[in-house]
This record gives sequence, C-alpha cells and structure tokens, in this order.
Amino acid sequence: MHEVGLMQTALTMALNHAQAAGASRIHDLTLRVGMASGVVPEALAFAFDIVSAGTAAEGAELRLETIPTRCYCPHCQQEFQPADWVYECPNCQDISTDIRQGQDLELASLEVS
Amino acid sequence: MCGTCRCQTDTSISTSEIAAHQLLQLHQNLLTKNDRLAEHNRTLFRHLLAINILSSPGAGKTTLVQRLLRERDLMAGADPLHSHPIPLQAGVIVGDLASDRDAQRLRQTGVPVVQINSGELCHLEADTVAQAAQQLDLANLHLLIIENVGNLVCPAAFDLGEDLRLVLMSVTEGEDKPLKYPTLFKTAHAVIISKIDLADMVGFKRDEALRHLHLIAPQALIFELSATTGEGLASFYAYLGQAIFQCRDKTP
Repeated sequence: MHEVGLMQTALTMALNHAQAAGASRIHDLTLRVGMASGVVPEALAFAFDIVSAGTAAEGAELRLETIPTRCYCPHCQQEFQPADWVYECPNCQDISTDIRQGQDLELASLEVS
Repeated sequence: MCGTCRCQTDTSISTSEIAAHQLLQLHQNLLTKNDRLAEHNRTLFRHLLAINILSSPGAGKTTLVQRLLRERDLMAGADPLHSHPIPLQAGVIVGDLASDRDAQRLRQTGVPVVQINSGELCHLEADTVAQAAQQLDLANLHLLIIENVGNLVCPAAFDLGEDLRLVLMSVTEGEDKPLKYPTLFKTAHAVIISKIDLADMVGFKRDEALRHLHLIAPQALIFELSATTGEGLASFYAYLGQAIFQCRDKTP
C-alpha cells in the first residue's frame, strides 16, 4: 500500500480543515484504519513524521485506531469477527463475502488551535 | 503549583490558551480521491466492458490478452444464446514501469493499444487510466482491456472504474498466492489459473490451490487455461462474451 501518499492526503485535508477553523497549529490527528483495508498503521506513522515536517502539523501526536473486520453470515443471519483473512462463520463454517466493517481508512478528528 | 489539585503543572499557561484548542470531528475518507475518479471512469466506460487484469510479473497477462485479441471474434460468437456486433471493437491500455514491449506485442493483433509508462509508480490509478483512455476511440469500443502493472500488492486498492477485475495466477507460482495476497484476491470477480499446460511439470497441486481460493476468495469464478495451447479458453470466452453483451444494457 502507499502509506506515504495516503498520509500526504490526510495531512492536506487536516491542514485545510485547520485553516478553515481559523487555527494555526495541529496538535493531534486521529486516523481510523480498518484491518481489511490493506494499510499498515506502522507505515502510516513513519510516513507522518516525514510529510508533516515543516508544516503546521509538525510535532503533532498521531493516533491510529485499528478498526476490526466484521463480516455477516447470511445463513446464520449474524455478524462475526473473523480471526484472520479467512472469513469463516464460527457457527456454520461458511465463508462470508459480506464485509460490514474494516475496509475504511479515514481522518477521524483533529485537535487544533 | 496548580491551585486545583496541587500538581506541578506550569500554571503560566493561561486557561484561555488551553480553551482555544478545538476538536474537529471529520470522519473523512482518505480513499475518496481515486474512488471519485474511478466513478468518473465508470461513466466513460458505461457502454463497453472494461476489464482490469492483474497478476504478479510473468504470470501470463500479455500472452493471454494477445490470444484473446487475436481470437476476439470467436468471443463474439462464443455464447450461442446471445448475438452482438461482429467484428468486436477492442482497445487496450497497458501499464509498465518502463518499455513498450507489451504494447508492441499487442498492436500486432491490429487493436489500438496505449502504453502507460508509470515510471516509479507500481500500479495504475484511475486518473492515469482516464488520460490514456482519451487516446482511444472509446465511443466505438465494445471491450477495453486494462493490463495493470505486474504486482499483486499495490494495484489492489485502486479502483480503475472497471466492470470486471481478473486476477491471474500461474501454476508455476504454486498454490499459496491467495493466502499471501488476500486483499487483492478478495476483490477479484474471476481468478484465472494460467499456464495449465505446465502443471504436471512443476508439480502444481490443483486441489490445494482451489481450496485456498475458496477460503480467501469464495466470490471469484475460477477459470483454468493455457494461452499457449488454448485449453480452457472456450469457457473463458463465453464468460467474457456474455459480459460484453450485458454491457449494452448497462444503465449510465
């Protein structure tokens, strides 16, 4: 995955929002990373240090919330959290293709001043 | 010392400075940019069948596309229940870091081919595909084949606006690709096991490969074929032929 490019996108969004709110510094950024998104949180953290240098977000705290994958089994009519990349229903062992949570990648919130 | 709880906080920070901190709740999707561009491509491609072909380097994408294009009129007639205009008008966009050897090979089939040299970029994105598509007479095409950069990792996340995403894995790569690259395989509409003429020679464990595909990518149709001997191509052509026909009824 392209964590540097994604982090750059997040930072641009964050700087725009901070400016719109009349703020000059970003103190805190929170990203939500879905476990099925294919993005590696550690690589995002590494990328943040690089791309934030010299910007209003330099030195800000980066919080990465990992969102677990949740699937839905149409036979058992219930959601479950798979243990790994095999989305096997713990009840009937069918493999689910219905992912209800875990694919998102979002800039959740900012703390600015 | 702080007058409230007697901690050693530096009380020279004024409460007005602390109060000036704002918390902005955003919940903004970071993948929106490519997704939006991909939807734009979907609109451009609404009257044709757009296929995104992915695999590791050397799995046989170009050889399969070359054969498919040479036999494209077979595809048009492959499904006897449906008829569609013959000759089949096809166009190709092919991505590689460097060189236009793939484009040269594919142009020998008489089909227009646009080569994208992505430089250091290891995957195709919706905007580069949109730019390349401008060099094709899209309005008169029935089929657009996008041959992605050989890479099972990065292209996974980039929707190009395709109708079908085909992932190739060759028998020479063994049985474990789906387990190792779940993100990509989970986005496949169909998986093509290629080079089946070499299966015995390399000791390919077919049952294991099919089991791994079932565990990781149960949503994918599976085709097993050889682009060199022609084995297995008939059912693949029928699948594509039907998909091309259905595209004529796609709502914009």
